[in-house]
Amino acid sequence: MITFEHVSVQYADAPAPSLRDVTLQIPEGELVLVVGPTGSGKSTLLRTINGLVPHFSGGTLTGRVTVDGLDTAEHRPRDLATVVGLVEQNPSSTFVTDVVEDEVAYGMETMGLDSTTIRRRVEETLDLFGLTPLRARALRALSGGQQQRVAIAALFAAGPRVLVLDEPTSALDPVAAEEVLASLHRIVHDLGVTVVLAEHRLERVVHHADRVVLVDEGHVSELLDPAEAMLRSQIYPPVVGLSRLVGWSPTPLSIRDARRKAAALRDALGTSTPRPVADLRVTGPADAVIVDRLRVSRGGRIVLDGLDLAVARGSVTTLMGRNGAGKSTLLGAIAAQHRLVGGTVRVGAGGVDPHARSARERVRTVGLVPQQPELLLYADTVAAECTAADEDFGAAPGTARGLLDRISGGIDPAVHPRDLSEGQRLELALAVILSGSPEVLLLDEPTRGLDYGAKKRLGEMLTGLAAQGTTVLLATHDVELAAEVADRVVILADGEVVTDGPAREVLASSPAFAPQVTKVLLPQTWLTVAEVAGALARIA
Amino acid sequence: MARLQRKARLQHPAAWWLWGLGLATAASRTTNPVLLLLVIGVCLLVVDERHDPATVNPLPAFLAIGAVIVAFRVVMTALLGNGIVGETVVLTLPSVPLPDWAAGVRIGGTVTLESLLYAAYDALRLAAVLACLGAANALASPRRLLRYLPATLYDVGTAVVVGLTFAPQLLTDAREVRAARTLRGRDGRGLREMARLTVPVLETAFERSLGLAASMESRGYGRAVRSTTTSRRAATGLALAGLVGVLAGLYGLLDSSAGGVLGLPVLVLGALLAGSSLLVGASRDPRSGHRRDRWTWTETVTVVAGAVPAAVLVVGSVQGWEGIVPSQRAELPAVPLIAVLALLVAATPAWLSPRPREVAP
Repeated sequence: MITFEHVSVQYADAPAPSLRDVTLQIPEGELVLVVGPTGSGKSTLLRTINGLVPHFSGGTLTGRVTVDGLDTAEHRPRDLATVVGLVEQNPSSTFVTDVVEDEVAYGMETMGLDSTTIRRRVEETLDLFGLTPLRARALRALSGGQQQRVAIAALFAAGPRVLVLDEPTSALDPVAAEEVLASLHRIVHDLGVTVVLAEHRLERVVHHADRVVLVDEGHVSELLDPAEAMLRSQIYPPVVGLSRLVGWSPTPLSIRDARRKAAALRDALGTSTPRPVADLRVTGPADAVIVDRLRVSRGGRIVLDGLDLAVARGSVTTLMGRNGAGKSTLLGAIAAQHRLVGGTVRVGAGGVDPHARSARERVRTVGLVPQQPELLLYADTVAAECTAADEDFGAAPGTARGLLDRISGGIDPAVHPRDLSEGQRLELALAVILSGSPEVLLLDEPTRGLDYGAKKRLGEMLTGLAAQGTTVLLATHDVELAAEVADRVVILADGEVVTDGPAREVLASSPAFAPQVTKVLLPQTWLTVAEVAGALARIA
Repeated sequence: MARLQRKARLQHPAAWWLWGLGLATAASRTTNPVLLLLVIGVCLLVVDERHDPATVNPLPAFLAIGAVIVAFRVVMTALLGNGIVGETVVLTLPSVPLPDWAAGVRIGGTVTLESLLYAAYDALRLAAVLACLGAANALASPRRLLRYLPATLYDVGTAVVVGLTFAPQLLTDAREVRAARTLRGRDGRGLREMARLTVPVLETAFERSLGLAASMESRGYGRAVRSTTTSRRAATGLALAGLVGVLAGLYGLLDSSAGGVLGLPVLVLGALLAGSSLLVGASRDPRSGHRRDRWTWTETVTVVAGAVPAAVLVVGSVQGWEGIVPSQRAELPAVPLIAVLALLVAATPAWLSPRPREVAP
């Protein structure tokens, strides 16, 4: 269906090619998962399939890419639209119309299908993706998960033989991600559509994949069996980590397969050691953030209604919940980004009201890294950004730069912030905010676009900050990150706190938010591979 | 009499844009503050009744820009004067003596009511034209209008989409970037801050517009399956020539000093060229419509409602009716009744057009 013959891509001004000599054949009706670290060339590989690279992006492509017999050198992306549909990372920026139903019909209109066919396929597609209740909704009012489903539905409706998706579940909560993957599974299995997708959150997708392609620094492996690929890959989900630790073979990819093999491990852990003990982090009194009967409305809709929350000094607290549950709004309200309708917010040991302070004073108490970290960045180079940050926060020269070096795995200071990968941008934004050394650090969905390595560094850094007394409050969908770092998990639904308790208790008892290791080893409540490894080492 | 319950639907976007252009033409021919405020009022009324609930209403932003323009003009006139000699002195500012070679320029000195009124009326005219554009934007989003641009005009179309989504996006992004600046301890006020904001705002908005263009491309916009290169070039050439003609003609119409006689023929010629390019393009257009907007009598009424004030005020200004260009004396200017009536006609689509679709929040 899709053939790459000695394909290399070199962007202008780039020091190294993004893809090197890729030869690959993807057969029809397969769900192919593209796995690789951030910046390894995954997105480039995906975008060559419909010709956006190089027709739209610029750069030089050598070799040949053919899709369904059509050579992308001779056919522009718009001519390939009947064959390939591409869902971008951020669907909201790609919507061409304003309403769900129009968006679904758009592709078919440009293809010139007759109106009865369009009418019929719009209905079918809305049903297939469970969008019928949303058909008359405005696109900008939908939650992230709904937008993602609309974007996939809109492309699918046009009837392409190949669907290409770049990080389709990164921004979604676990349940919404399951919904998206279930609809993909259905179109692959029932309708024979070929699906190629790249995703960092392997724990969500790897068991859905028929084939896996590994990408590293522009080198692309051949089509691999998923279990075999997970043995070789440098990035892997926790369940594979567990399997590597214990030496299961063949490597289980789904929770179900792993549980079948896990009985012996459970016995070993259960009899030889007592229940896992949480690392006790020394936390101070619960007055770092005090939110009292908070009411916030956005766009005329009450998002938070009478919310109470108190966070202990020096703790790491994770806010979880569905897309649109009010997590970002809560963080924004604490950082005085949104006006309050009612209630109070007090931050820091001094009980500062962030809404009553000027921005300059506020940043000493509370720092927020927003969901789109690029909004914080405006200089031409990373180095200039760091200098500006020192100025903004009145920090000693070199503070931001030092922080950045500690946080990141080495970022070239001469690069433009917009040319950084998503993970590096987050690290830069974090360094900027931390140069104000705030008492309370808020992070809004920090793991979007991060590979496991970057996520691990982030986790270590947050743990280190908490140990130094900084209070961390982060909103995330990433249960594995929460399992790594959180002392406490608060689950929001419709602007209210529905669950609040120690991380281990909350995560282990929630079917949606339990991490993979917990699911495999239930009823024992281990959260991470590292915990299990530690326990096994003690036994031995 | 039993009234027919019309189905809620959006009017054809071309109808609203023609209506808006008509009203803008009318506004551009007068400096009578009563008439101009009436134009703004009509825009507010119609937008309030009939704007598309699926999009953000851009009219307030346009009105805000208009208000800034008026304030700026008045302040600058007070400081620098504008060559209008008046008798009613409002206040006297300390004046800065300038050397002889700058004889035409003054800073400070006496500020007369006449010169202030002249500046305010003139700026108000621009604000009213902006309000008309904002109203057209709110009533029919440019993206919907674009659906009627033939695929053969692909390049023009992409440029138009990028351009049209750029401005509204800019406002949203400016708000976001400013909010993000407070996270770095800056409250986003002051000139230096503004200058710093410009780059990230432009970059964000530009990136988003490019993303949209890429998305349109990969979703098949501009597929011209059955057309040949020559016909596509012919259509694009005709469209460009037509566009230039329309712009030149509009300029002639809007700027009364250029002469309305020169404006109208060029405008008609340009419109004909543009129209024929649409026909050439559309005849080979493979696209089809899902719930395409129909052109019914309400669309015709809307266009006529916009054309009436345009025609009346163009005639009025050419014939020099009293009150179209009011005096700058401190008195309520004469208001030509027929112009008022013509402008009120422009408000009728608020009730005569169908109610817009309902969109769940």
